[in-house]
Order: sequence, then structure tokens, then C-alpha cells
Amino acid sequence: METTKTKEIVINTEPFVVNFGPAHPSTHGVFRMRMTLDGEVIMDMEPVFGYLHRGLEKLAEERTYTSCIPLTDRLDYLAPMSNNLAYCLAVEKLAGIAVPERAEYIRVIIAELQRIASHLCAVGFFLNDCGAFMTPVLYMLRERERILDLFDMVCGQRLTYNYMRVGGVSQDIPEEFIPALKKFLKEMPGWLDEYERLLKDNEILLARAKGVGILPRDLAINIGASGPVLRASGVRWDIRRADPYSIYDRFEFDIPVGTAGDCYDRYRVRVEEMRQSLRILRQAIKDLPRGEVRSEVPHLIRPPIGEAYGHLEGPRGELGFYLVSDGSIAPYRFHVRAPTFINLTALADMMRGWKIADAILIFGSIDICMGEVDR
Amino acid sequence: MAMQMLPPNWPGNFWAHWAIFAVVILVFVLLMVMFFIWLERRAMAVMQARLGPNRAGPFGLFQPAADALKILIKEDIIPARSDKLVHWLAPVVAFVPAVLVFAVVPFWGGALLADLNIGILYVVAISSVTIVGIFMAGWSSNNKYSTLGAMRQVASVVSYEIPVVLSLVGVILLAGSLSMQQIVAAQDIPFILLQPLGFLLFFTGALAEINRAPFDLTEADSELVAGYMTEYSGMKFGLFFLAEYAEALAISAIVTTVFLGGWRGPLLPPWLWFVGKVVIVFFVIVWIRTTVPRLRIDQLMALAWKFLLPLALLNLLITAAEILFWPAVSLWVLIPINFAVMIVLVLLWSRLFKLGWGKVEV
Repeated sequence: METTKTKEIVINTEPFVVNFGPAHPSTHGVFRMRMTLDGEVIMDMEPVFGYLHRGLEKLAEERTYTSCIPLTDRLDYLAPMSNNLAYCLAVEKLAGIAVPERAEYIRVIIAELQRIASHLCAVGFFLNDCGAFMTPVLYMLRERERILDLFDMVCGQRLTYNYMRVGGVSQDIPEEFIPALKKFLKEMPGWLDEYERLLKDNEILLARAKGVGILPRDLAINIGASGPVLRASGVRWDIRRADPYSIYDRFEFDIPVGTAGDCYDRYRVRVEEMRQSLRILRQAIKDLPRGEVRSEVPHLIRPPIGEAYGHLEGPRGELGFYLVSDGSIAPYRFHVRAPTFINLTALADMMRGWKIADAILIFGSIDICMGEVDR
Repeated sequence: MAMQMLPPNWPGNFWAHWAIFAVVILVFVLLMVMFFIWLERRAMAVMQARLGPNRAGPFGLFQPAADALKILIKEDIIPARSDKLVHWLAPVVAFVPAVLVFAVVPFWGGALLADLNIGILYVVAISSVTIVGIFMAGWSSNNKYSTLGAMRQVASVVSYEIPVVLSLVGVILLAGSLSMQQIVAAQDIPFILLQPLGFLLFFTGALAEINRAPFDLTEADSELVAGYMTEYSGMKFGLFFLAEYAEALAISAIVTTVFLGGWRGPLLPPWLWFVGKVVIVFFVIVWIRTTVPRLRIDQLMALAWKFLLPLALLNLLITAAEILFWPAVSLWVLIPINFAVMIVLVLLWSRLFKLGWGKVEV
């Protein structure tokens, strides 16, 4: 029997799998995303990493405590100073070594400069992923260059600094450093304002980033996210305040938090954090005392048997080093709590249902560094 | 008729004219494309606080030539399991229409290959053939990035053709002719002043058609590597590259002819006016590229269908009404009216208009 029912036209679409990476312009290194796509829409995403695995944690077990510091440079190569510092904090905690006052101030100055440098990269490359062809990233790299010049002054290096030492820093800052830093502090707010004028209310940026890739507050806490990714979701959690290390309890600064937890908030939080870092820097150079920059530490450190976890608020989140000592000159176990590795676990949840272009944006907004993820 | 504006000693022979202009167009396109590549790299470098090419020749002017030489001697890789014939044919199909457009573009009064009486229709028809080549490239490459890029391109060109053509109709109404020559002749006042909204819509749509920023989704380098030309290398890639810039040149030439008064201008020789205007239009395209981020595919579609298309229809309606009811009014009176209309409509529509659809439940 024939029915008069009208036939529905059903277009069958088949999901297909695309490998983004490991060699892809926007994977910030050698990250690979196995995306299941339905047309442009992402149905599922499976992160694959390990392409940059160098076995750093195992390598460290063969080295003395001091010679582990260069290894930490190779973790997050966009913020090596923070890595140096986090590791030194862990060793100092393990061996009970005190740090001279001046060294503490220098450490704070260097760490905050590093945060600005890292955030400049993060914001610049985020906008590059957004499709703003190279302009923002090149502008921001220009400013980052100034910070690299400052680092060059203090340690002679521009990428792998190896500047922090257990019990202080390797050498005192040169005379010309403070005037150069003051000049930078004077000019940097103007540049930040310029970027804000260009980008903050940009129609396309708002359309692309607002409401995209939302990381809900609960999920952010549950996965253990940290840094700007967590704060953009509205959680006021900053190790500098929550568990003050070094001398951060002496400085006045605010913790910028987002409300929606979307890509735009993550971008905003980073920009605001740069301003707060500038504030800390101004206070730090005002109070910078004179004196030693390194306490008396034996050439070969033999911490007592035990374990210690030193952490700090790195540019990308809670960067921690967990060290176990067996009383010898090398760590028995050396573990890195890499913030971006843990932040990445939320990636699939943030991406599902968005389009390819958004996926790249969401990925960029987490601001990962493969050297740290793969270790 | 077209010959009347030419110098008296011009070879009036049909075939001589044809042959001369075939050569002139090819030389013009290739030279200008090379100049554009240099200009884009150099201008972008200045805007982005860096130097740009400055080694080969004065100010790096020979850099495109050096690049062309390099690309010519590169290995031509054809991916395994690709459709070899289509893969080979695609760059040609993409490049040829971009050059063909210049057949009706007047460099000077009468100095054009063929003064077709349907010139502008020809331009619209020919310039959309390029996407066939791009889709062939995307399909034959056997690469998912290429396919995605090609799909995006087809979707965007199909959508943007409509507002682009509709915004040209306003000009046709004013000029009373489809011939490019006649359109220029009718522009005692450049049509950009009489059709500001039409110009805006055409320029936006044209940017999407030649996939320049902020509509460069086809080859979104941060998403799809290089889109449809991911699998191309050597001179085939070179041809795509050429095609892209030839299209940009074609669009600049069309904007110049249709909206900016073509070769007309005081003092300087006409061809210089024409080239100068083309370069300025291209510079604006480069400027936009360095300034704005990229739209998403659904936002691109929304812009075409919800923003450009209604405005193009309204623009056509208003222009037609003006011509119908005030046939005798001085064109100078229409300029402030049309500018006011443009500002009101654009502001109003930006209020009503929302980009994109957001997340899809999966």
C-alpha cells in the first residue's frame, strides 16, 4: 500500500578524523590533536603528546642538585627563570637553606619580568591563532625583547638563563640594570594601553573569543587547573597569595579574575596580570636592599633524607618540583608538576561542540609550552 | 567606437590590437603581481615593526623574482593516491580566470582588449571560475586540510557572489551601461561618492571572494596549514600564489574602474592614474590584513546573508528610487544623501546583527 507521507530528506554525514599536528603551525610545538569532526564541528578530541619527551625527570636523578638547574631551563622555555626559581625553592626547602634578603628581591624582580615576558608571548600567539596575521605577536615580541635584554644583562643569556642558584642567584645584578628596568617600567604601561586600545573592544576578537571554550568553575577546580586558566573561571587562587613563597607577602597587588571562563577572559586575565606584575616590580626596586646575593652553600649539596615540594605561581600556573632525597648528592626522585600539562586535561571538554577555528583559539588560550608538557 | 579615444597612430588592425593587448595584459599582470608581492611584504613589515625583504636589489625589489626562481627549480611533489590529472589541472584553472578578467579592464580610454557591452557581467562570471580550480585542488590532493579549505572557499564564494553582484547593480543603474568603458566614462564624479554603501559592500564581499583577511579562512594558516594548497609544491604552488595575487590585482582593478573613476584624473597621464589607484586599493587590502583577526566560517556566512545581502538589496532599492524619481537632480545633491543613508543603515544593521551561531550540541 502506498502512503501519502512526504519523504523526509535526510543528509547522512559521516564523522571523519583529522590529525592536527604533531607538526602543525598552531600546536605550539609538537602537540597532536586527534579530532573527530562532523564537517567543521568537533565531536571529539583526543590529545596525544610525548613527541618532545626527553626524560628530564630521569636525567635529573643522575645529576647533582646544582647541575639540575640547567635542566629546568629546558622545561618551559618561555619562562625558564620561573622554573629555575621553583626548583631552587624546592631544594632550599629540602636542605633548609636560607636566602639573603637582596637575593629574594632580585628573584622577585626577575620572576615578575619573566611573567610579563611569558604573558606577552601568550597573548600575542593567542591573537595569532585568532587569525590576526603576525601583527600583535610581533608587537609583543618587540616588548619581550626588552625583557630579554634585561635578562641578558644579569646572566648573559637570552633563552636558557641558568641564573637562580640554591641559596640565592648566580651573580649580582649589574649597575646598569636598575636604570634600564626603570626605563622599561616607565614605557611598558603605555604599550599595554596601546594594545588594549587596539584589541580590547575589537569586534571580531569579541565575536571570536567571547563565550568560546568555556571552562566552568567546578570543572576547573576538579581537574586541578591553575594559573590564568583557573582565574579566568572565577577562582581567586594565586600561590603568591595562597601560600606566599619568597617575599611575596610584602608586596601589594591584586589578583585579577574572570567571570565567564571563556577565551576572552583568559586573555583579559593575562593582560591584567601584566599590570599587576609591573606594580610588584615598582615596589621591589624601591625597597631593593644591599648585601649578599648568595648564601654559603656547599659545592655538593647533600640534603637530609626526606622529601620536599616547592611550588610557585608560574606564568602558566602552579609550577611545582617534588624532590625526594636519599642523602646523596643527587635527587632520588625528581618530579615536575607542570601546570600546562594539567590544564590541558580540560581541553577536550572545552572543545567539544565548537568549530575547528575555535579549537585552535581555545588551545591557544590555554597557553601551553610543549617543553613542559612532555618534559 | 572604442578606438576614438586612442592616439591617432594606433594600429587599428583588429588582430594587431588583439596581439598587443594580450601581451600588455600578461606583462602588466605579472609585473604588478611581483610588485604587489613585494609591496605586501614590505608594507606589512613596516606595519609590524620589522624590516621585511631588503637584500635582493634596491629595497628588496627583486625579492619576488628571486622567490620565483627558487620556486621554479623546486621539486614538484604529487601526493600518493591523489587524482593526478585534476591535481595538475587545478592551478591552471585557478590562474587563468584571474588573468582573463583584465580583458575588459580599461587601462586608458579605449586601451583595453575587448570593450564588451556586458563587461561587468563578464567580470563577475569569469572571476568566480577560480573557485572551480580551488575546489579541484582541494579535492584532488587527498588531504583533509585541503578538502576543508576548499569546502570553506566554495561556501564563502557562493554566499558572497550575491551581495557583490547586487552592490554592482547600483553602479550599473547610475552608469546606464554594463560596459566597463562606459562606466568609467560616466564617472564625472567617482561612484565611490555616489555609492558609498555599494562600495563598502563590494569591497567587503570582494575581500571574501579573493580570501584575503579577515575572510582568509580558506588558507587559514593557523587552522588548516595552507588550506587547499597544502599539498602543492614547486611551480604549481607558485601558480596558486600567482593566482591569488592576480585575483587581488583584478579586484583592485575592478574597484578602481567601477568606483574610483578608472583612468580618469587631472594632470598625470591616464595609465598612471589607473596604476596608482590600483596600488592604493591593494595597499588598503594589505592594511586590513595586518589589522584584523579572522572570522569563523559560520560568522562569515552570517555576515554575507544577514548583513551584506539585506544592505545590498536596500542600497539597490534606494539607488533605483533615486534614479526613478529624481532623474534630473544634480548628482552632487545625491552625495550627502547617500552618505547619510550609508551611515544610518550600517549603524542600524550592526545593532540588529549577530555574528555566528556558537556551540553545537554533540
